[in-house]
Amino acid sequence: MEFAELIKTPRVDNVVLHRPFYPAVEGTLCLTGHHLILSSRQDNTEELWLLHSNIDAIDKRFVGSLGTIIIKCKDFRIIQLDIPGMEECLNIASSIEALSTLDSITLMYPFFYRPMFEVVEDGWHSFLPEQEFELYSSATSEWRLSYVNKEFAVCPSYPPIVIVPKSVDDEALRKVATFRHGGRFPVLSYYHKKNGMVIMRSGQPLTGTNGRRCKEDEKLINATLRAGKRGYIIDTRSLNVAQQARAKGGGFEQEAHYPQWRRIHKSIERYHILQESLIKLVEACNEQAHNMDRWLSKLEASNWLTHIKEILTTACLAAQCIDREGASILVHGTEGIDSTLQVTSLAQIILEPRSRTIRGFEALIEREWLQAGHPFQQRCAQSAYCSSKQKWEAPVFLLFLDCVWQILRQFPCSFEFNEHFLIMLFEHAYASQFGTFLGNNESEKCKLKLQQKTMSLWSWVNRPSELSKFTNPLFEANNLVIWPSVAPQSLQLWEGIFLRWNRTSKYLDEAYEEMVNIIEYNKELQAKVNILRRQLAELETEDGMQESP
Amino acid sequence: MEHIRTTKVEQVKLLDRFSTNNKSLTGTLYLTATHLLFIDSHQKETWILHHHIASVEKLALTTAGCPLVIQCKNFRIVHFIVPRERDCHDIYNSLLQLSKQAKYEDLYAFSYNPKQNDSERLQGWQLIDLAEEYKRMGVPNSHWQLSDANREYKICETYPRELYVPQIASKPIIVGSSKFRSKGRFPVLSYYHQVKEAAICRCSQPLSGFSARCLEDEHLLQAISKANPVNRYMYVIDTRPKLNAMANRAAGKGYENEDNYSNIRFQFVGIENIHVMRSSLQKLLEVSGTKGLSVNDFYSGLESSGWLRHIKAVMDAAIFLAKAIMVENASVLVHCSDGWDRTSQVCSLGSLLLDSYYRTIKGFMVLIEKDWISFGHKFSERCGHLDGDPKEVSPVFTQFLECVWHLTEQFPQAFEFNEEFLLQIHEHIHSCQFGNFLGNCQKEREELKLKEKTYSLWPFLLEDQKKYLNPLYSSKSQRFTVLEPNTVSFNFKFWRNMYHQFDRTLHPRQSVFNIIMNMNEQNKQLQKDIQDLESKIKQRKNKQTDGVLTKELLHSVCPESPTLKTSLCFKEQTLLPVNDALRTIEGSSPADNRYSEYAEEFSKPEPAVVSLEYGVARMTC
Repeated sequence: MEFAELIKTPRVDNVVLHRPFYPAVEGTLCLTGHHLILSSRQDNTEELWLLHSNIDAIDKRFVGSLGTIIIKCKDFRIIQLDIPGMEECLNIASSIEALSTLDSITLMYPFFYRPMFEVVEDGWHSFLPEQEFELYSSATSEWRLSYVNKEFAVCPSYPPIVIVPKSVDDEALRKVATFRHGGRFPVLSYYHKKNGMVIMRSGQPLTGTNGRRCKEDEKLINATLRAGKRGYIIDTRSLNVAQQARAKGGGFEQEAHYPQWRRIHKSIERYHILQESLIKLVEACNEQAHNMDRWLSKLEASNWLTHIKEILTTACLAAQCIDREGASILVHGTEGIDSTLQVTSLAQIILEPRSRTIRGFEALIEREWLQAGHPFQQRCAQSAYCSSKQKWEAPVFLLFLDCVWQILRQFPCSFEFNEHFLIMLFEHAYASQFGTFLGNNESEKCKLKLQQKTMSLWSWVNRPSELSKFTNPLFEANNLVIWPSVAPQSLQLWEGIFLRWNRTSKYLDEAYEEMVNIIEYNKELQAKVNILRRQLAELETEDGMQESP
Repeated sequence: MEHIRTTKVEQVKLLDRFSTNNKSLTGTLYLTATHLLFIDSHQKETWILHHHIASVEKLALTTAGCPLVIQCKNFRIVHFIVPRERDCHDIYNSLLQLSKQAKYEDLYAFSYNPKQNDSERLQGWQLIDLAEEYKRMGVPNSHWQLSDANREYKICETYPRELYVPQIASKPIIVGSSKFRSKGRFPVLSYYHQVKEAAICRCSQPLSGFSARCLEDEHLLQAISKANPVNRYMYVIDTRPKLNAMANRAAGKGYENEDNYSNIRFQFVGIENIHVMRSSLQKLLEVSGTKGLSVNDFYSGLESSGWLRHIKAVMDAAIFLAKAIMVENASVLVHCSDGWDRTSQVCSLGSLLLDSYYRTIKGFMVLIEKDWISFGHKFSERCGHLDGDPKEVSPVFTQFLECVWHLTEQFPQAFEFNEEFLLQIHEHIHSCQFGNFLGNCQKEREELKLKEKTYSLWPFLLEDQKKYLNPLYSSKSQRFTVLEPNTVSFNFKFWRNMYHQFDRTLHPRQSVFNIIMNMNEQNKQLQKDIQDLESKIKQRKNKQTDGVLTKELLHSVCPESPTLKTSLCFKEQTLLPVNDALRTIEGSSPADNRYSEYAEEFSKPEPAVVSLEYGVARMTC
């Protein structure tokens, strides 16, 4: 298919662009296969480059022959284009609609994008499972790499290489896979070096209504416990939901069959409930005219912060089991690809200092989200302005980022990255020139040949010039476990995401700059003091030598 | 001391406010003449000033002992369990007596002795000089004069002696107008904008009833509008909701009839009265104090308390005022009913938006002295300093501080002071430790001889200035002359650091602000060190080039070495506070308390659901 077929009018002059808090810009609008571009052809005025894939929804309206297109983006920005000429306007609108909802992934921009920067390190090879495993293997010999899923035959949503208990062979894994939703048999998610406890994750056990058992499953899970130790199974669904799942062939671990394990039910929402929550929240944030009562009740009704609290609480609980109880845990919900990953990854943020560094956080996303098979393609297909409401669309990843932000706010010096890093990840998960977030799991990524045909986000991010933007100037390595407060009074609306386009952040940005200046100045002064001190000491020894003869 | 029957009780438990299963600290409770003191087994001390106690409650006896709940005006809530009921009863009775004094002379300020002599004390009181302040604004001038009409408090008891009125307002006009205004509070100058030549004036409601008028009052308003050479129109802002103002007419009070006054534009801004504000705060505190609070209950409680709505209303009124002056160049007259609550809020906040001086530490003190203390905001009644009418208590000043805090959030570089400064002032409007906020008006303060018998708070705050400086403050930039805050609802947030200031577990565990503040201090020290080092190096070099090493010089070198040593140790010494005290998190130890709470859950036979509230670890920052 040629993009040209979709672009009926590639160029319109005298288009006026309106953005909140910016003066209107008049210029020429151009449509390309992947971008909407507005150029004023003047110096010093910002041009608009918008990826079609970033467009979530458009509205059009006409006053006489002047058409207006309102573009609602997946990053929640809303912009308006005034286009003279009804036909042009209609053409542009229908092109945008078609180009922003391309059916085929291989037509998406990452497959066409040619980087303008030099690749220092290929991000596709930055976080290989073997390397990650090496970090553990020095501390423990109880685990091994398994290639049982090499051809994606055992579990289509798992990567080819997973970490499993050493004492369990691949044959057993195959059997366990048939007993777990989506073939997602329990694998290692995190090894807590401090006490050897682990986080595992899986899909729900397929016990069904007649209480099916799987000896290999029981053996596998028990193999992760040390002698005399107990473990906890954190089911991210309420007991009620978990019970209902049995009717559909799913279920939960019966304590009778897993006597060394205690089950804990939490209740993290998923699917359309989250999507609706996001839609309501963004709608509330976009309305400047709400009076106080309306704003607060809309904020409440969105339930967004309730979801945040629930997810964070569960992650804290998981971390508490590991660090305080000295007990290993297994986390799963239904499929083990949404709330499960939120919990296992956030628990690591709390427990593991490395995951609070830039590199470590990237590794975490790679391991716990991309390789673990969070279906980004489905979940992030649409954002807050969508009307299609597909069951599989849900801001699971955004909720995770929001939770990280909440912890970052409470421990502002314990993270190597800053808020912009999280915002950048959010943007790229929804629309990107990089292939990192394409596809729903490793198997799909392989079929799409992303490694060969697209650029990895990490190749771009991990260059010094980019990294400097995402580095937290206050960072000081903190090797402790960090326990956030999950009280409603301690949780806040993530303004950097949700109010980003609804207010000017000029004064806040300037204050941030000033803060950075103070820190830089401090470093400078310290360096200078050190030099002078050394100089003085040298002079003194010289003097001493002169004096001694 | 006659109120104290038991001075010491051992084995008292202090319960964690938000714990659902009675986690506690055990320690000893002491009762002194001024404070309640709890020392726990880790020797951590909790001091509670008797005057800070808003209410004491003795709950029903439990097996563990007798619970005693103390709520403080600074939003601290402590929950003790006293083993023996008799002790609890004694303490309860003592606190009831001690926290509610009948006379001013029994308040802490009259016995507080910071070891200053009389001249230091007097100097302290002279630190803030309102005559100087009016001079700074540029009055008296050709349009505004100092009136001696109230020199002896004859016209208005609740106004200060020195008042500024339009040059053309004669004494008969003032006297006439004062008779037409509630409590005699006639229109006077609160702030003069030198550049715009426009004024903020304040007064109380007119006694207009349904039809009464007063020519002198009309003249006085006209005089105010004439004192503005640029815009003859002036705004009259009635800060009350229209309905309230109309209801007042039935009582012979009310609001200005536009037909009777030339050149005025009348405007209601709808700030609720002290009773609404009092119950709003009460609701807010009830919600935020709930154990195991859910997000939805928090936000619906926040909404139904109306607190942020009220804060926004005050802010909007101040913005309206500032705009009238900046955009239309118009003078403004502000009143409510008596002109000492909402009027003080709006005038002071409006001035703060307009004049960057009030955003400095000293300027903020001046602003409070001017618009609140001198113009007769009834601090003693509003803060319940004495055992009085509980219906007079209202968080009007707290709201003002909260509005300022919201401004500091929107304009992080516009204020010389930080949040701690606001909290400290709030602490002391209730502490009765200093004389500034005692009494309800200047006349009463003079009668109490506060300047002879008590100390002023301001010099003590100034002395501690370092603690209250905003490290990001940019004084030079002129951009901040006028603040134009955005009052879209989402900009207003629950002020956790005020209403939960003693609930450390709810706060961020690391404070960016403290780090930057320390770093700023450290930078100053480093600059000094660099100067020192440079001059020493220069000395050395000079000596070397001179090539003369006399014994004297040698001697002069010797005393230097200790200082050099200290400067060599410098890195460890001054960097430590930043690195250790602020960055690392204390308390992340397995001895954590929330953990035991959780362990109990674990030991239950069948834990289908484990709940975990308020995060987990206690960090003693």
